[in-house]
Amino acid sequence: MHPSASAEPTVSTDSGERGGTAGDAPGVPFSGRSPGRGAVPLCAALLALLLVSVVVAIGLGTAVITPGDTARYLWAALSGEEIGASEATAYRIVWEIRTPRVLLAALVGAGLSTIGVAIQAMVRNALADPYVLGVSSGASVGAVGVTVTGGLAGLGVYAVSAGAFLGALTASALVYAASVSRGRLSPLRLILTGVAMALGFQAVMSVIIYLIPNSEATSTILYWTMGSFGAATWAALPAVAVAVLVGTAVLNRCSRALDVMALGDESAASLGIDPDRHRKGLLVLVSLVTGAMVAVSGAISFVGLVMPHLVRMVVGSTHARVLAVSPLAGAVFMVWVDLVARTLVAPRELPLGVITALIGVPVFVTLMRRRAYMFGAR
Amino acid sequence: MDLTLDRLSVVTDGKKLLSDLSLTVADGRCVGLIGPNGSGKSTALKCIYRALRPSSGTVRLGEEELSRLSMRRSAQLVAALVQDGEIDLDFTVEEVVALGRTPHARGNQAPSSRERGLCEQAMRQVDIGHLARRGVLTLSGGERQRVLVARALVQEPTILVLDEPTNHLDVRHQVELLSLLRGTGLTTLVVLHDLNLAAAACDRLGVLSEGRLVATGTPEKILTTELVHDVFGVRTTVVSHPLTGDPQLLYSLDPPAPNGSDTPCPSYGD
Repeated sequence: MHPSASAEPTVSTDSGERGGTAGDAPGVPFSGRSPGRGAVPLCAALLALLLVSVVVAIGLGTAVITPGDTARYLWAALSGEEIGASEATAYRIVWEIRTPRVLLAALVGAGLSTIGVAIQAMVRNALADPYVLGVSSGASVGAVGVTVTGGLAGLGVYAVSAGAFLGALTASALVYAASVSRGRLSPLRLILTGVAMALGFQAVMSVIIYLIPNSEATSTILYWTMGSFGAATWAALPAVAVAVLVGTAVLNRCSRALDVMALGDESAASLGIDPDRHRKGLLVLVSLVTGAMVAVSGAISFVGLVMPHLVRMVVGSTHARVLAVSPLAGAVFMVWVDLVARTLVAPRELPLGVITALIGVPVFVTLMRRRAYMFGAR
Repeated sequence: MDLTLDRLSVVTDGKKLLSDLSLTVADGRCVGLIGPNGSGKSTALKCIYRALRPSSGTVRLGEEELSRLSMRRSAQLVAALVQDGEIDLDFTVEEVVALGRTPHARGNQAPSSRERGLCEQAMRQVDIGHLARRGVLTLSGGERQRVLVARALVQEPTILVLDEPTNHLDVRHQVELLSLLRGTGLTTLVVLHDLNLAAAACDRLGVLSEGRLVATGTPEKILTTELVHDVFGVRTTVVSHPLTGDPQLLYSLDPPAPNGSDTPCPSYGD
């Protein structure tokens, strides 16, 4: 991890462990690959795996439906084909309950991984995750605030989600206002302010729980801090789908700028990339997408932290590749995590944060012990 | 293309880092900036590669004012080797070098075959061709410094600014780098700490002290026992290089005379 330890002759191990370069003959001066092209086969494989995972996950649950039947029901729903009366219940489980849930898991998994990549580039810190700007605790406060006060009642069933979204954006706006200085946005100041702000919001939550011993408020807080897709409906999908897909597309378009930002602010300026302007843009994008996700699923830890590192270990650091692979890898991972969460101790459900932590902690520790993987020399 | 600094001042937190610096680097010439630590050399360079906006004064590239150009446009004209070249992610060497094409690239397009050739050539020039697939974070300081030089070269600038380019380099690579820079024919402004290398590599030298330009001229005119003593506070003997005729300094580690340190000791005079 330290520069002084880096001079050891670990050449072959290093290049061998980067999937993106493993296939190239050593000693060729310049591969000149298009930045994103090396990841195409991996993306295709992950996309196929995602489709299979989605179908399998839709079929599994208290009532097990075979992948063949699942696929037939999905096709029927999409094409408008008739389903026999004997299968009506199974069809409804598949289409009305499980499909939106699994799709939401895939979307949020994709979004968290992608935003994790963006936020690590924005604050230039390996430990950053999408919630580092206090977004999740802000969302919890917003949701609880709506639950307790009955505000936003005009929005009906979406009131709590809307409250969470507003809370998330408020948190980001506060972090921005507190960390911007003379028009400049220092990465370190940003992350420190975010951490402090998150602690502040948690204190507010504790006060609410303490003063209003209302079981509904307490369970709302638990839901938003641990994360769940239990409330997934078709109606909740479009907003988060747009946020995640647009966010991912925008980030993919500016992958080169993210590469340049990782070279340091001064180098970025000398290459024509204004680091402050890009950080401000990223902050807006990251806040909106994370807010949209938190509003429907709560805060699911570790995915946005670990997945970017795992992807970099496989495809190297170039953002064109990382941003192509991350959403797919995150989606596959989250579909399976959600499946475990709802089937392991059925009919009860485990909070998603528990599963991701159980997987994420050992993975992260192992990863940090690997000397071949580096994020900054610090 | 001439590079002109016109009455450039930088004030940060009430502290004047640079006062009224005026300096011209004529087209194709190499000017060295020398001066003690904290004299404002890096601050001056930052104003040219736009990591810092001057409080007053202007930088001109040819006839054009730098502040009127887009960041992208000025990065097409000016390449910089920055001192604080810390890299977060473990890119490969060739990836970092290829990022030098950023100001010329549209979006995420793949490099053209000409650009690939450019990267290859730059890596050969600074002797890092064999490191192409290595992660930059596994390199030694000197190797990484050469990667950054290659990145600046593939930028195809007309003006090059370098902040201590010989930092971390072994003596062979110091000499090779400076002769490479001389050979590029680019308008170059370079901060150097090694005064002997500065004398050998630069057409003219500018001396900064406490944010002010205190002298400019040819190395022969600048590198005198008196000036080096006044600005750097060290005593030296100046000799002429037996082959090139460049002035070269011989340092003495003797402690300065306890009284009257302003009076050069006779034995160190001309």
